[in-house]
Amino acid sequence: MPPSNRIQQLVKGVLRGDKRSIARTISIIENSEPEAQKLVALLYPKTGKAHLVGITGPPGAGKSTLIEKMVKELRNRGKTVGVVAVDPTSPFTGGAFLGDRVRMQDLSVDPGVYIRSMATRNNPGGLAKATKDASRVLDASGKDIVIIETVGAGQSEVEVVKVAHTVIVTLAPGLGDDIQAIKAGQMEIGDVFVVNKADRENANKAASDIEAMLELATEKTGWKPPVVKTSALTGEGIAQLLECIDEHGAYLKTGMLDERRKERVENELIEALKEKITESILNDLRSRGEWKRLTQKILARETDPYTAADELLAKQSKSKTKKKA
Amino acid sequence: MSMKKERKIRVVIAKPGLDSHDRGAKIVARALRDAGMEVIYTGLRQTPEQIVETALQEDVDVIGLSILSGAHMALFPRIMKLLKKKGLNDVLVFTGGIIPQEDVPALKKMGIRKVFGPGTTTSALVEFVRENAPKRR
Repeated sequence: MPPSNRIQQLVKGVLRGDKRSIARTISIIENSEPEAQKLVALLYPKTGKAHLVGITGPPGAGKSTLIEKMVKELRNRGKTVGVVAVDPTSPFTGGAFLGDRVRMQDLSVDPGVYIRSMATRNNPGGLAKATKDASRVLDASGKDIVIIETVGAGQSEVEVVKVAHTVIVTLAPGLGDDIQAIKAGQMEIGDVFVVNKADRENANKAASDIEAMLELATEKTGWKPPVVKTSALTGEGIAQLLECIDEHGAYLKTGMLDERRKERVENELIEALKEKITESILNDLRSRGEWKRLTQKILARETDPYTAADELLAKQSKSKTKKKA
Repeated sequence: MSMKKERKIRVVIAKPGLDSHDRGAKIVARALRDAGMEVIYTGLRQTPEQIVETALQEDVDVIGLSILSGAHMALFPRIMKLLKKKGLNDVLVFTGGIIPQEDVPALKKMGIRKVFGPGTTTSALVEFVRENAPKRR
C-alpha cells in the first residue's frame, strides 16, 4: 500500500474509533516514524472535543486504581474514555516495565474504553514526549474523556499541566505533613486534590493540611481547588470527584479554557520550532567536517563547549549568507 | 517530533487462566525490560479476550504467556484464534511454565513459536525475542 493510502486509512480508522487504527497511529507517533507528522496534521482539526484530565501524584498514592474506579463510574454515566498511562523508562537499559494495566484489568474488554501504556523514553517531567499527541489521537477518536496518568516520580512532575485541562493531584494519608503540602511543584498544579485511601487512618488530617495550604494561596483566581476524599477500595468519593471534574470543566468554559489553550499553543509552537531549528542546524553542521574537528578540540581541552558553539554558529550564519548571495 | 528514530520492541507478558503464581512471569518481564524492551504486564487471571485486547490496544510485537495451571490446551487455542480474528497475525507468541513435552507439537502447530520449560536462562529468552520479533509492520 502506498504510504499516503496507509495514512488515509489510519485516519479514517481513528475517526471511527477503530482500536487497531488508534493503536498503530499512536505507535507511529511514538516512534517518530516518517508518517507521524502527517497523521497529527490530519487528526488535529478533529480534536478539541474531549475533556483531558491529568492524574498526578507520588508513587503508591493509588493513581491507577483510582482511574479504574473513575472509568467504571464514567461508563455507568454513558461516557467513553481513553487512558494514557505513563511509566518510567530505565535510563540505564532503555527498557520499561509498564504495570498500570494490572489495576485496570476489568476495563480492557470494554468497547467504550481504550487504554494505552506508555514509557517516558527518558523525557523529563513525568510524561512521554508522545503523550500529548496520543491524547489527541484518543480525542479525535471520539472519546468523551481522556485520562492521562503521569509517572508518579515526584515533586517536580508538572508537565501534565501543559497537556490536561483539569489536573488532579492524588495523595494518600501518611505521605507527609503540612510542610510537604506547602512545597513548590506538584502542589501548585492541582485543580482538584484527592486524598485517596480515605479508608485509612489520618485521611482527615491529610485533607485539612491540603486545605490549609490552599488557604495560604496569595493569588486568588475564580477557581478554588476542592479537596476530595476517595477510597478506591470502598468507592467512597468517586462520584464526588467526577462532579468536581465536571465543575472545573464548566469553569474553564467561562473563558479560562481559551486563555489556557492560547498559552499552550504558543508554547507548543515554540517547542516545535526549537526542535526543528536545532535539528536542521545540527544536520547541516554534522554533514560538514567542522563538527568532528571541534569535538576533538573540546576533548583535547583546546577549547570549551561554549566557545565551540559560538564558532559553529558563526560559521553557520556565514554559510547561510553565502548561499543567499 | 524528532527525526531521530526510536523503535522499541513492545512485549505483553500475560498470565492466562486461574493459577496465581507469577514469579516466573515477573522474572521474564524483568529480563526483557533489562534488555531494553517495553514490557506491559497484565497481572493475574486473564481471559483470552483480555490478553488479545491488551495486545491490540498496546500494539505489541510479542506476547509471552506464562502458565502453570495445566489449562494451556484449553486456553491457548482460544488466544490464537482471537489473535487471527483481530488481524494480529504477525505478533510473535511464546510461552513458558509447566507444559508437558507431548503438548509442544500441537502448540507449535497453532502458531506458538516457542515453548520454554523450567531451567531456561533469561539470556536465551532475550535472544529468542530479539531474533524473532517482527521487524516492521
